Amino acid sequence: MARIAFQDESAVVIIGSGAGGGTLAHELTRRGIQVVVLEAGKRQSTETFSQVPGEAFLQLTWLDARTQSGDWGVAKNFPTLPAWHCKTVGGTTVHWTAATPRFEPWELRAKSTYGNIPGTSLIDWPISYQELKTYYILAERRLGVTRRDGVPGLPASNNFKVMYAGAKKLGYKRVHTGHMAINSRAQDGRGMCIQQGFCVQGCKMGAKWSTLYTEIPRAEMTGNLDLRIECMATRIEHATNGRVNAVVYRDGQGREQRQKARIVCIAGNGIETPRLLLLSDSSKFPQGLANSAGQVGRNYCHQIIGFAWGIFDKPVHSWRGATLAGVIEDEVKNDPSRGFVGGYRMELCTLDLPTFPLVGLPYGWGRDFASIMENYRNIAGMLINGEDMPRAENRITLNRDVKDAFGLPVANVHVDEHPNDQAMRKHAQAQMSRVYEAIGAKRVVLGPTPPATHNTCSARMSADPREGVTNAWGQTHDIPNLFISDGSAMTTAGAPNPTLTIVALALRQAEYISREMKTHKI
Amino acid sequence: MDQLVTLNRRELLKSTTGLLMGWVVAGSPLALIAPGRAWAVDLTAFTSSEGAALLSMARTIAPHDKLDDAAYALVIQSVDGDASKDANTLKMFKEGLASIGTSFAASSESERVEALEKIESSAFFQTMRVKILQVLYSNPIAYAYFGYEGEAFSKGGYLRRGFNNLRWLPEVPTEDSGPLPAGA
Ligand SMILES: Cc1cc2nc3c(=O)[nH]c(=O)nc-3n(C[C@H](O)[C@H](O)[C@H](O)COP(=O)(O)OP(=O)(O)OC[C@H]3O[C@@H](n4cnc5c(N)ncnc54)[C@H](O)[C@@H]3O)c2cc1C
Ligand code: SF4
Repeated sequence: MARIAFQDESAVVIIGSGAGGGTLAHELTRRGIQVVVLEAGKRQSTETFSQVPGEAFLQLTWLDARTQSGDWGVAKNFPTLPAWHCKTVGGTTVHWTAATPRFEPWELRAKSTYGNIPGTSLIDWPISYQELKTYYILAERRLGVTRRDGVPGLPASNNFKVMYAGAKKLGYKRVHTGHMAINSRAQDGRGMCIQQGFCVQGCKMGAKWSTLYTEIPRAEMTGNLDLRIECMATRIEHATNGRVNAVVYRDGQGREQRQKARIVCIAGNGIETPRLLLLSDSSKFPQGLANSAGQVGRNYCHQIIGFAWGIFDKPVHSWRGATLAGVIEDEVKNDPSRGFVGGYRMELCTLDLPTFPLVGLPYGWGRDFASIMENYRNIAGMLINGEDMPRAENRITLNRDVKDAFGLPVANVHVDEHPNDQAMRKHAQAQMSRVYEAIGAKRVVLGPTPPATHNTCSARMSADPREGVTNAWGQTHDIPNLFISDGSAMTTAGAPNPTLTIVALALRQAEYISREMKTHKI
Repeated sequence: MDQLVTLNRRELLKSTTGLLMGWVVAGSPLALIAPGRAWAVDLTAFTSSEGAALLSMARTIAPHDKLDDAAYALVIQSVDGDASKDANTLKMFKEGLASIGTSFAASSESERVEALEKIESSAFFQTMRVKILQVLYSNPIAYAYFGYEGEAFSKGGYLRRGFNNLRWLPEVPTEDSGPLPAGA
C-alpha cells in the first residue's frame, strides 16, 4: 500500500470508498495515479460480517445524527433515520442487494419526455444513452451482472415463484430473476451465490459484488492506493485561485489532519456529499463549494420505495434465497394515462424476522398486527422501486442546531412528496396487490416507506451551470479540480436502482480525470 | 437458551427488586431448545408485580397465544435494564405503570386493549411497543416459533436446503430463471 505524505500535492483525494469512490479509486490507481481514499468507517471482511441481523446493522450502518422535515412518510415512521446507508470500507455496496438495471434512453431525457410538470425541477441528463451505454457494458462486465453478456440468471427462489405466477396471471411479460451483480456461477475470483438470503448483512460468500473485496484490494495491489480508514473528511480547502488544494479530516483518534491534493473527488453518498460541500464554505465561497448557482443539496431524490406482502395459506419461506433476485419490468414506461409520468419496477423482496416488523410493516399492534406476524412463513414480498420527481425544495441543508461528534452541523433531509410520487405509489401498490390476489393471497399488507436507501441527485449534472452542480463528467461547474463521484451527481433518479449507473459514471469519470491530468488541464 | 437461563444472573450481586419466572411449557417451540428448564429474569428496576404488568402489556401489544412467556420476559429484561440505567426512563415507566393501574395484568384482553388505547400516544406505550418489535422477534425462541431459520452460511446456504422447494405453484420457465449449480 502506498503512503502518501500529507504535504504531497500530487495525489487525488477521494472521499468515500463505496460504489462510486471505490470504483474510481481502482480505475485511477490502475492507470498509475496516486490516490488517497478517506473512509469514515471501519474495515470488515467476509470473515467478520456478523450473521445476527441487528448486530450486522450496527456493524455497518451510518448512524451519525441527522434530522429531517417535510411530509414524506419516512419523517413520520423513522424520525431519527431519514436514510439507510453504510459507514464502512466498501460503503453501501456491503449492504446492497445488488439489483443492477440500466436507465432507459427516454429516462435520461426526463424533461423532454415528461414535459413541464409543475412543482418539479426536471432537466435532461447532459449525457446521451448511446454514450452511457458504452460504460454500462463495461460496468456490467466488471460486476458480473446476470442475464448480460452471456452470464446466466439466478435460479428462481420460492419467493420469486409466487411473484412470477401472479405477474403472469396479470399478463405481465418482462418478469425474470433480474439483472443482479451476484455470481450465478463462480467468477472474478469470487464464489457462487448459495442462496442464503443475508445479502443485506454482508455476503459471506463474496458472491455479491462489493468494492470491499473487489475494487479496493485491486487498487491496493497497484501500490498506488493509500486507504485511510476511520477518517472523516470535515472540510475541503481551496487556494486563492479558487482551486481546491487540501482535505481536512479527523482520524481514528479524533485528531485533525490535512491532506494536500491535486484533485478532490467526493463520493460520500447523496447526503454526506452535499453536506461536505456546504461545510466547506469560505470567504470566497460563502454558500459552500461549487454552490454559486445555489444548487448544492437541492433536487434530492430517493425514489419511491415501499413494500407489499402477500399472505398465503401455504408456506413460502421467503427468507431462503437471494433477497432481491426477481423483477417485473412492464411498468417501466412513460404512460401518463396511468395518472403519473415516469416508471417503476416491482422487485422481489424479503426481510429477516427481526427486521420485518421494524421496517416492513405499517404501524400497528394487537391482534391484527400479531396475525400478520403469525403468518411469517406464508408471506411473499416485493417492493416498488420507482422514479420520484426532483424538486428544488427537496434538499439537504445544514442543521446548525444539531452537531455531530466533531461539533459540525448535521445534515437535514427535507422531502415533500410531489403529487406524481403519490399517484405512482398508489398505482404500484394496487398492481402489487393484484399480483398476489391473482393467485389467491388471503390478504395483502402494504408496508411503509423505509428510510431512503437510494440517495441521489443532490449535486446533479447539468448542461446549464445554473441548473446543477457538475458537468457531464461530474466535474463541478465552479471548480475544475473538484469532482462529484457518487449518486449525488445523477441528474434524475429514473426507475432503476442507482448503483450500476453510479459505477458506469465512475468508470467514465476516471477516463476523463486521467486524460485531463495528462494534458495538465487539472 | 443460555441467554435465558442465566439471564442477568451475574447482576444478582446488585440488589434485585423483583423477579419474573416460569417453566418452559412442554410441547412449546421453546421446549425444543430448552427441554424441562425453568427460567428466571431478575429485575433491578421494577418490582415483581410491575414486571408482571409489563409482561401482560407486551402480550397485549403483540399477542401470540402460544409463544412462551420466556420470550416476552426478554423484552421486560431489556426495558428493566434501560430503566435501571437512566432515572428519566425509570420515571417514565413508573408513571406509565401507574396510568394503567394495578389490576391491568388481571383484567380481560378487551379491557387491556381499551386501557392501552387510552395511552397509545404516550412515550411509555411507544417505548414499550418499539422495544417489543426489537426484542420479541430477534431471539431463538421467536425463531423457533415463527419458523424462521436465520443465518444459513454456516450450513451452506439454502441452495440445497429448500430455497426453491415451493410446489404449490408452477415452476418458472428456464428463460426467466437460471440454471441450478451442479449438485443442487
Ligand atoms: C439495504 C440496501 C439495499 C440496496 N440495494 C440496492 C440494489 O439492489 N441495487 C442498487 O443499485 N442499489 C442498492 N442500494 C443502494 C446502493 O447501496 C447505493 O446506491 C450505493 O452504494 C451508493 O454508492 P455511493 O458511492 O454513492 O455511496 P456509498 O456506497 O454509500 O459509499 C459512501 C461511503 O462514503 C463514506 N463517507 C461519507 N462521508 C464521508 C466523509 N465525510 N469522510 C469520509 N468518508 C465518508 C461512507 O462512510 C461510505 O462508506 C441499496 C442500499 C441499501 C441500504
Ligand atoms: S443470497 Fe447469494 S448474494 Fe445474497 S448473501 Fe447469500 S450468497 Fe451472497
